[in-house]
Amino acid sequence: MLSKKVKSRIFFLAVSLISVAIVIFIVLRSLEENVVYFFSPSEIYNKTDISFDKKIRIGGLVKTNSINKNETSINFIITDLKKEILVSYNGLVPNLFSEGKGVVAEGKLKDKKYFVADKILAKHDENYMPPEVSKALE
Amino acid sequence: MFKNFFPNKILSLTNKTINSLIILLILVVVIGLTYSLLLSPPDYIQGDAVRIMYVHVPSSFIALGCFGFIGMSSICNLVFKIKFMPLLAKSLAPIGCIFSLISIVTGSFWGKPTWGVWWVWDARLTSMAILFLFYVSYILTWKFIDNFERANKISSIIGIAGLFNLPVIKYSVDWWNTLHQPSSITLTSAPSIHYTMLVPLVIMFFGMIIYSLIIFLMRYKTEVIKFKLDKRKNYK
Repeated sequence: MLSKKVKSRIFFLAVSLISVAIVIFIVLRSLEENVVYFFSPSEIYNKTDISFDKKIRIGGLVKTNSINKNETSINFIITDLKKEILVSYNGLVPNLFSEGKGVVAEGKLKDKKYFVADKILAKHDENYMPPEVSKALE
Repeated sequence: MFKNFFPNKILSLTNKTINSLIILLILVVVIGLTYSLLLSPPDYIQGDAVRIMYVHVPSSFIALGCFGFIGMSSICNLVFKIKFMPLLAKSLAPIGCIFSLISIVTGSFWGKPTWGVWWVWDARLTSMAILFLFYVSYILTWKFIDNFERANKISSIIGIAGLFNLPVIKYSVDWWNTLHQPSSITLTSAPSIHYTMLVPLVIMFFGMIIYSLIIFLMRYKTEVIKFKLDKRKNYK
């Protein structure tokens, strides 16, 4: 049904598509460290090659009852429910920053348990609902 | 049979069809906007910023969908040399381009009050920016290369190359840690978005689909006429 020319074009295209897909896969895999926007506390815990002078981002949930605010600084704990990191930050946090919600902190690690942030981003999750529904769920 | 069928069919498209589609569009968009801006509730965390979603999500979806079509027709075009495929893809490109831009802009309007920043280089946002660049280069190929066959070949390669970006955009939020939240609506599980917000989202989605369809039909008809008029095939 298909002419020989068309068949050879299909073959050529299939081979090149598959090889490009493999190349992209390998490139993305090897660049994973750069593609991820932040590391979770567990990933930091398991990481062997941490540089303490380089800026990195860590992310997770703000641990409940861990926010400790005073006039200029705020301390809180980022958790992924397995490992925790204490974060300290000077400045204003976004409106959506709150306990039990997602957060991403940018800054430098002092050690594997302590992080000094110079930027705090609130991370929103995929749940959308009216306030009454969220109250009813509680 | 179907080789000659489609371009001739589009020529019999009259203003009457377009006009009735426009009336439908106005109806759906008015209902959709009323629902999403006035009747639907604010979100329990984001407040009224959630209303940006009703434009942002359908735009992103159409931007991805259009490029999917462009990529597929580029493959058909290179393999089977079907004459109307490039015209089809060419008419879709500006629609997808503008919607990917809308998606990026509305996304950063949403990002500022929720995340605290306009833009971050996480996997989702970066791959979406790359999609926009693919659209731009696709359109520019047709604009700046005079020879039809050459423009056709190069733009098809761009279209096929851009196909690889689509699963990366879609699954970026699952494969890597991103600031962007994962999908609320998936095929496998119940949507994690309350139905009072899902309904306006779906209505707005249909509105934008109808809009894209109208623009596509008009552009496609124009492209076919231009193609038929210009026997030398070096039209822009």
